[in-house]
Amino acid sequence: MDTPRTIHRNWKEYQKEIADDHFYYARSCIRQNFFPGSETAYLNILRNDLSLDVYDDPKHTTCTGIGYHTDIVPLETTMTVIARQFALMTEAGYENFLPSCVTSFGLYVEILDMWEHFPELEEKARENLYKATKREFNKPKNLVHTSDLIFHYREKIAENAKYSFVDVKTGQPLKGVEHIGCHYAKIFPSKGIGGSEFPYVLAGMIESWGGTVVDYPERRHCCGFGFRNYLVMANRGYSVANSKKKFESMAPYKPNFIVGNCPGCAMFLDRWQYTIGEMEHKTYGPNGRGIPVLTYEEMTGLVLGYSPWDLGLQMHQVPVEPLLDKMGIPYNAEEKYLGINGKNLGKPQLPQNCVL
Amino acid sequence: MKGKHVTIIGGGPAGMQAASQLSELGIEVLLIEKDNKLGGKLNQWDRLFPDQTPSMTLLKELQNAIEKSKVTIRLNTEVQKISNLTHGFDILLNAEETQHSDAVLLTTGFELFDARLKEEYGYGTYPNVITSSDLEKLFREGQPLTTAEGRTPSKIAFLHCVGSRDEKVGQFHCSRVCCITGVKQAIEVKQALPECEVYNFYMDMRMFGAGYEELYREAQEKWGITFIRGRISEAALNQENRIQIKAEDTLAGRPVRLSVDLLVLLVGMTASPCNKALAATSGAELRSNGFFNPVDPFNHSVESAIPGLYFAGTCTAPRNIGETLMEAGSAALKIHKFLLQND
Ligand SMILES: Cc1cc2nc3c(=O)[nH]c(=O)nc-3n(C[C@H](O)[C@H](O)[C@H](O)COP(=O)(O)OP(=O)(O)OC[C@H]3O[C@@H](n4cnc5c(N)ncnc54)[C@H](O)[C@@H]3O)c2cc1C
Ligand code: SF4
Repeated sequence: MDTPRTIHRNWKEYQKEIADDHFYYARSCIRQNFFPGSETAYLNILRNDLSLDVYDDPKHTTCTGIGYHTDIVPLETTMTVIARQFALMTEAGYENFLPSCVTSFGLYVEILDMWEHFPELEEKARENLYKATKREFNKPKNLVHTSDLIFHYREKIAENAKYSFVDVKTGQPLKGVEHIGCHYAKIFPSKGIGGSEFPYVLAGMIESWGGTVVDYPERRHCCGFGFRNYLVMANRGYSVANSKKKFESMAPYKPNFIVGNCPGCAMFLDRWQYTIGEMEHKTYGPNGRGIPVLTYEEMTGLVLGYSPWDLGLQMHQVPVEPLLDKMGIPYNAEEKYLGINGKNLGKPQLPQNCVL
Repeated sequence: MKGKHVTIIGGGPAGMQAASQLSELGIEVLLIEKDNKLGGKLNQWDRLFPDQTPSMTLLKELQNAIEKSKVTIRLNTEVQKISNLTHGFDILLNAEETQHSDAVLLTTGFELFDARLKEEYGYGTYPNVITSSDLEKLFREGQPLTTAEGRTPSKIAFLHCVGSRDEKVGQFHCSRVCCITGVKQAIEVKQALPECEVYNFYMDMRMFGAGYEELYREAQEKWGITFIRGRISEAALNQENRIQIKAEDTLAGRPVRLSVDLLVLLVGMTASPCNKALAATSGAELRSNGFFNPVDPFNHSVESAIPGLYFAGTCTAPRNIGETLMEAGSAALKIHKFLLQND
């Protein structure tokens, strides 16, 4: 056995196969709503910056993840829906499945694992799908979360980076808090880069792009979404309390930004800062402000020089300008609330009890 | 009993005790040990529960008995194959050598659970998370009890059941000795550092042996050690480089969060990895957790279903040293009887 006081980089023990090209893309229901701009940016990055072949199929549906985890959608239905997604992938001539949501990713992994251990369930799903749609499917050869693919190409992105996570005034690396989301690796640690204890998928991106990662005590704690915690209105206090626990734990490290893997996590880590500000007059960033929160697509887009407003950063609750200033990214404040074709989106109301 | 030969595989307390006793009974004994010295885990511990007898005192006693006997010792040899013949056994020593014996005693002991598998506790990641075995080493080498950075700890937590009673790591069994080891080590910490606050996080306190419950009481009353019923869910580093632990106090029904300077993981016993090969080649039966399975847990607890093949000590289940030594004596008598009957 190793001596006790040696440090291992244990994340390296968790590697997974990530195909290089040709992916069937499965959109996230919530990502498109919470962070409009993220998925478009992602596809642009893959197709234009990395020259990859990604198929964005209008025929696919929800994975049922949120309904499944709130006990609204029964397992059999979920399996049949997932079987249909795989059938669409097969029909489109693809073998690599690329879901854009941690909840989805966890669910696809879980169903594939169930089918492996209980082949009769797979048979049943095939039968149900065939009866309902006359479709048949192959299981994906490679199943990776969308962030895994960015991780895979992080060095190539670094080569083409226009901006990095370095404070342009001080030359010091910026400090990022990363949050991989419970369903990315807590259910099946071997399916996530770094497993669940040594999260590295986002940390690897931050490090490759010049920043440092904050290792704070509540790093692995749930963001607070927790499905029922949020979806059942009476439980929302639990949701805020969990996010707050994380903010309290990370704040002393003075992070410059937070990046989320799952759209749900990014959403709650962003919006609950406003809620806590209003409830308790408490904020966690410098000068009474919040800590900007990014999705990893937005983070990648910023590094590659995409316009912050094209990425949809104006839709965030916590303003991202302090981060843009530190990275030296130019932006036009006047255009922040202009939508496509210059249409005025209207300005959000300012919080009453905090600066943000 | 002229001309009868027994091979004992594993030179820990069980193997040493059985070897000298069989030799006293006039049987020719070969004691094989894979390490470069005899003693098994006695070489790793400092003071033994329940009465803090130095481990070396007991080891010397066992060694003296071996030295007085005619036991042949073979070190640095790991046995991986036992052929079960019509008359006796062939034990493969290496590519060229085989030992023929009339009976075989397996005393392969146990392995410590690799605490890195419980990743959430950060062993191997945070230098101030150590195991009970590491702590024994520190005491044995007379090193001062400090953190990896050389600070004198003001708070230390022990976590029970690491790698035991844990379905997630495939170790369902209770390792039995870690509770009392936790009590003993907590007291030793207080003896070394009276000012240090000591916490033990446990699921159940299993104080099965004579004097154990008394020691547990002493730990609370005399040494002021705090016992909290609850398993730690996670250990992480905080800004002062201390280990922050989260647990639930299941008696008080409230969450606990504590920052400590050292977290000691009371690692359990797992089956020796060589058991698989030895079982496959000899026909001995294994339990689902990889320990050997004797004929029954009562009157035949040192016997395998194969005539002439015996077990003693922790190769069948977790035990303390007293029980291990008693089993070794019992196995020696059973082997003696078997050889007489087959003379
Ligand atoms: C942290 C900890 C502290 C403990 N402290 C105490 C205490 O204070 N008091 C107490 O009563 N008990 C204590 N115990 C229990 C004690 O260690 C065991 O009861 C004792 O070691 C059992 O002896 P054994 O001979 O069965 O096994 P071991 O001590 O494990 O010896 C087995 C030997 O067999 C050898 N071996 C294994 N396979 C092969 C092979 N294929 N070929 C050749 N050689 C092989 C090994 O190298 C080893 O030397 C403690 C246990 C732990 C985990
Ligand atoms: S002896 Fe105690 S610490 Fe060890 S496994 Fe049993 S209950 Fe857990």
